[in-house]
Amino acid sequence: MFQIRCPYCGPRDEPEFKYGGQAHVAYPSDPEALSDEEWARFLFFRDNSKGRYAERWNHAAGCRRWFNVIRDTGTHELVGSYRVGEQPADAR
Amino acid sequence: MADRAAPLAALEGAIADAVFAGATLRTVPFLAQVGIRLDPAGPAAPRVAAALGLELPEANLVTESGGRRALWLGPDEWLVVAADGEERALVAILEEAIGADGAVVDLSANRTGLELSGPQAAEVLATCMALDLHPRAFGPGRCAQTLLQKAPVIVERRGDDAFLLLVRPSFAAYVAEWLVDGMAGLAADLAAV
Repeated sequence: MFQIRCPYCGPRDEPEFKYGGQAHVAYPSDPEALSDEEWARFLFFRDNSKGRYAERWNHAAGCRRWFNVIRDTGTHELVGSYRVGEQPADAR
Repeated sequence: MADRAAPLAALEGAIADAVFAGATLRTVPFLAQVGIRLDPAGPAAPRVAAALGLELPEANLVTESGGRRALWLGPDEWLVVAADGEERALVAILEEAIGADGAVVDLSANRTGLELSGPQAAEVLATCMALDLHPRAFGPGRCAQTLLQKAPVIVERRGDDAFLLLVRPSFAAYVAEWLVDGMAGLAADLAAV
């Protein structure tokens, strides 16, 4: 089980959180202009890299805020977490 | 006011029968509870502090004054708790203070209270809660929203040996049964020594 540091509440056990997929996937500025393939890439395609990965988590049983976590997909190490609007370099 | 049914009325017997020297469980069926949402750096925060006579607390903390307490629930969310019957007065005070700069909702019927007290209260709670309850991490005046087994609860440490749990009525029997079971388990451990 992970112990995840909520940037607002502090460290809590994983059952309090919900996973939200890859972070920093920006909504297209003009969705109408996208081809079907580009839209599908936005909706369904995510990085599947080994190493440090930025992902979204929600503190569902706590403050209910979304935030970002850097996790190493190779080792499962949680490198740090940071608030929405902050950059991965802010993770701690 | 129409008659109200205490959410744990059917379990009062089981709760009273839970005899454990280290802790006592008691229901607090009704409390005035008002949820507020506002920007802590915005104009409403000092107005609320003045109207309530208490500062809105920082993360994981509780402030108390004149029988009213403010519990931190999130970076822009607090729960103001007071004695049963005060909810209408509280809503009026808070609506006046907050105006259009936030939200005020009477949540009194949304949660019922369970008070666990005694020298081993923390041990009873730890049988069914993963939160770090050591005084170093969760001393008096602290609160948290967390899980008691599968049920979401607000837990407030009211003193070295006292906790208040605020629980949705539909989860209250589940939570009370876990606590009664924890007390029975610890009592059995003690008897076996």
